[in-house]
This record gives sequence, C-alpha cells and structure tokens, in this order.
Amino acid sequence: MRQPRETPPSFALDASGYRRRRRIAEMRRAVLGNPNMLAGLIILFTAAAMAIFSPQIAGKDPLALDPFGRLQPPSAENIFGTDQFGRDVFARTVYGSRLSLIVGISVALIAMTFGAVIGVVAGYYRRVDDVVMRIMDGLLAFPSFLLAIALVATLGASLQNVIIAISIVDTPGIVRIVRSSVLSLRERQFVEGAIAVGATPRRILAFHVFPNLVAPLLVQGTFIFAVAILVEAGLSFLGAGVPPYIPSWGNMMGESKIYAQLAVWTLFFPGLFITITVLGVNFIGDGLRDNLDPRLKHGT
Amino acid sequence: MTRYVVQRALAAIPVLLIVAVIVFSLIHITPGDPATLMAGDQALPEQIDRIKAKLGLDRPLHEQLGIYFLDILRGDLGESVFSRFPVTTLIAQRLEPTLSITALALTLAILLGIPLGVIAAWKANTAIDRLVMVFAVLGFAIPGFWLGFNMIWVFAVKLRWFPASGYVPIAEGVLPWLMSITMPSVAVAFVSAALIARMTRSNMLEVLREDYIRTARAKGLREVAVLLRHALKNASLPIITIIGLSLAGLVSGLVVTETVFAIPGVGRLLVDAVLRRDYPVVQGVILVTAGMYVFVNLAVDLTYAYLDPKVRYRE
Repeated sequence: MRQPRETPPSFALDASGYRRRRRIAEMRRAVLGNPNMLAGLIILFTAAAMAIFSPQIAGKDPLALDPFGRLQPPSAENIFGTDQFGRDVFARTVYGSRLSLIVGISVALIAMTFGAVIGVVAGYYRRVDDVVMRIMDGLLAFPSFLLAIALVATLGASLQNVIIAISIVDTPGIVRIVRSSVLSLRERQFVEGAIAVGATPRRILAFHVFPNLVAPLLVQGTFIFAVAILVEAGLSFLGAGVPPYIPSWGNMMGESKIYAQLAVWTLFFPGLFITITVLGVNFIGDGLRDNLDPRLKHGT
Repeated sequence: MTRYVVQRALAAIPVLLIVAVIVFSLIHITPGDPATLMAGDQALPEQIDRIKAKLGLDRPLHEQLGIYFLDILRGDLGESVFSRFPVTTLIAQRLEPTLSITALALTLAILLGIPLGVIAAWKANTAIDRLVMVFAVLGFAIPGFWLGFNMIWVFAVKLRWFPASGYVPIAEGVLPWLMSITMPSVAVAFVSAALIARMTRSNMLEVLREDYIRTARAKGLREVAVLLRHALKNASLPIITIIGLSLAGLVSGLVVTETVFAIPGVGRLLVDAVLRRDYPVVQGVILVTAGMYVFVNLAVDLTYAYLDPKVRYRE
C-alpha cells in the first residue's frame, strides 16, 4: 500500500518549482525575444572573455617595444598594426578591455550603492531631504565631464581616483531617481499597512521599499556602466586618466593622436572597441528597462 | 508670469551658491598641500609660502570661503599660477571658438534631431523608424573624439574638403570660419542629435495617439499640418527641456573634441590647466561653465512656462 503523500510540503514544492520554471521561461523570452538584448549580452560576454583571457587571446606582450617595427599598417603579423613604439595594437586593444570593464563595473556598483543609500535616506527621512537634495542639485549643475576632469586634477591621475571621480559625478542622478521612487512608494498602501502594524522604519525600508527599487537601480546602473567607459576613455585620451603604463582604449588613442593622419589604425581600433562595448551595454540596459519596468515599455 | 519668473530666478541662487562651494572645496580635497603641488618639485620653501599667501591658503577655512565669494561677486576669479594672467582674461580670450562651435553644434543637433524624431514617430515600426533608432543608439555609444578622428581621416586627409585642424576667427572671413568649425561641431553634435531624436520620437508617439489628432485627420487636414502644427507643437515642451539638458553633453564633449581638432577654446584651456595643476584656472573654468549652465536651465524653465500656462499657475 502506497503511503499518502503529505499535501502541504509537496504543494509548496510544486508551487516554487512552477514559479522558478515560469521565471526561467520569462527570462528566456526576455533575452531571445529581444535581438538587441541578445546582441548586448554576446558583446558583453565577449568583452569579459577578452579581459579574463587577455594573455591567451592577445598572443603578444602589449608592452613589448619594437624600434624597427614602428607605425606598421595592419598585416598578418600585426592584424591591427603597430603604434609609434612598435607595440602591437591588437594586443593592447585586447588588454585595454580589462581597464574599461573594471572602471565600468566599479563605477556602476559604487554609484548604485551610494545612490541607493543616499536616495532612500533623503526620500524617507524628510529632515535631511532638503540639504541632501540641494547638494545633489549643485553637483548636477556641472556638465559631467568637466566635474570629472576637475576632480581627477585635484585627486591626482590614477585608476582608483578615476573611478572615484566618475562615481561622484554619476551618483546624484541615481539619488534623484531613488528618492522620487521612495517618495511615491511611501504613499502606497502596503507601506501604510506596514506602518499600521508597527513595523520599524528599518524593516519597512529593507522589506517593503528596497525590493521595489531593485529594478530602476539595475537599469540605471547599466547605463552608468556604459557612460563610465566613455568618460574614462575621454579622460585617459586627454592624459588626465589612468597612467600611461596601463594599456587603456583611451590612452592608446591619446598617445597616438599626433600620428592620427599617418597611422589611423592606432586610433581606429581602440575607438571601435569602445563603441561596440558601450553599444552592447546600452542594449542590455534598454532590454532590462523594457522587461523590468513595463510602464516605460511604450515610449522611448 | 512675473511672479513665476522671480520665483524661478530666486530658486537658482542656492544652486549657484552650492556650485561655488563645490568649486571652492575642490582645492581642499587634494591629497597633500595644493601649494606644494602647484609650485613643482624644485620649488623653494619661500616660493611655496608665496603661492600659499597669494591663494589665501594660509587663512582659516571660513575666511577663505568668504573671500572666495566676495571675489566672485566682484568678477575676480584669481590668476593663473602658470601664466600669471587673470583667469577671467584667459577665459574671455578662449570664448570665441568654444561659443562658435557650441552654437553651430546645437543648431545642427536641433535641425537633425527633431525632423528625424518626427519622421520616426510618423513611420513608427517601419524600416525608416528602425534606421533612425539605430542612429540614436549609435549616438550614445560613439565617443565624439573618435568620431572626430575618423572625420579628419575621411574629410580632411582623403577628400580634402575641410581643414584637418585649427580655428579661424570669424573676423578673418565667415567662410573660412565656418569651414574650421564644421567638423568639430558635427563631432560633438552627434550625441545631442541622437538624444533629441529619441525624445522627439517618444513624445510625438504619445501625442499622435490623442483624439484631437484623429479629429484633425478626420476633417481632412494635410498630414504635414497634422504632424507639425498639431502634434509637434504639443510635443515640444519635453523636447525643449532635453535641448537645454543636451547642452551639458555638448560642452562635455567639446572639452575632449577641442584637443582632437587643435581648437584654442575654453576646453583646451581647462585640459592644459588640469595637466599643469593650475588650480585657479581649473576652478574658474568649471565655475563659469556651471554658472552658465544654471542660467540656461533657468531660461528653459521660463520658456516652458511661457509656452504652457499650466506650468505657470501650478504653484
């Protein structure tokens, strides 16, 4: 005689399995149903693979000088040509992906973290709201690249300071979005209900407000990832970014700029990789926005 | 209306104050002593003290801030540590190329972005629409300075249509001036045009769904009149806002692009000052640009109110 199965646990198990299957199906549809999102993910995975396996993919030392092979056009030996020091442009471009991804990810994570914390505090605790938001307005009053370059100028040009400077510039935008989300969330009935049953502010923020902020944060974080790559490239191009001994797409172009008319490949390939990477990340951001925030789907 | 103007203008004052405080504190977040950094490696202690006294760095912080505010109000932004010229003079000397390029770039961005957005919305979900959106997406991804180099390669080196670099003042002839600023303007305008096109498209799409558009079409109005007089006019407010906001992107792009085209503008002044650690010039340039940007946004707000009475009476 078969033992009757206990209903409650198996029911719970089935439900969670069903929910998980449905979520996976939704994710698959989100990726496969949106060719841009798929292209974005492929681009980002390729860039990540380039960064992780740089030595294997590059095949050459990005810092090796060759005084007899300077400014050589692309050939079978150097498929992207060589720069003014005879360094292999392909190897440097491959290694350059490391720096762009490190800066992009770091800035996105830092700006999201600080933006979320400051935004939640400003939105939920009315007393600090005014002061915090006026400071954010002040920071937003600067054209972003100008503030970034001024901050790097005072902090000193290093990888760490470039990340700090771009994060400072990009955080106020997130603060604004998070704050306005919090302001509308706190009027919602489920928050009122939580207050009514005596939940502490910390519990309300952690369990009722924060989960609703994840979607907009993730979308914004992706766009900041893309912008940070562009800003780092601009700073390094001008010689105000990461130090020249680290190959970066920006400083490759900056160092070769006087040879632009002589050896266009020294600038063309790093710039192309910046464009493709930023394009990919933006595709992912657009896809995430369409899927996570259905209200924005129709419109931009 | 007067009340609204005064209200908005007063609201800009605290922002300007905070902008000034941020610029002031820049010099104090330097790791180490700014005077030592500015004086260079081989400076004697007396030289460092002289720079300190000159910049007022030997006074207490609140006094320094007070002096800084008073100086700004008198139009004194200090002087360059490098060239000894007043910062205001340096900026004034470099203003013409930068303003020329900004004006042309903004004009190009509007002339390109709005029609593209209107056409994309009109032909929504067709190949034309998709093509415009590809342009818009590329606009956000292509670094303006890289676009600049590619344009130099094609239009100056290969085709020889435009000069590769340099700036010709307008006093030396309008045509040479226009030739010298065309390529840099296009390079920086690209991202703004993309932004304006995207914004125009999405607002047009919304407006085109309205009943009065159907009414206009039903009464037999020509499509051009429906699109421009009925739809675009009502979609124009957010577009004006985005044009104002895109100005910041233009100026940001210009800082880098001026270096690509060897334009002796405010952007190049800033970059040189950054590389020389000439802090008074760095502070002066970003204070002036941020100040101008605050005024542009104020002007945008006021245009908004002028065009839409609802905004005026809301508060």
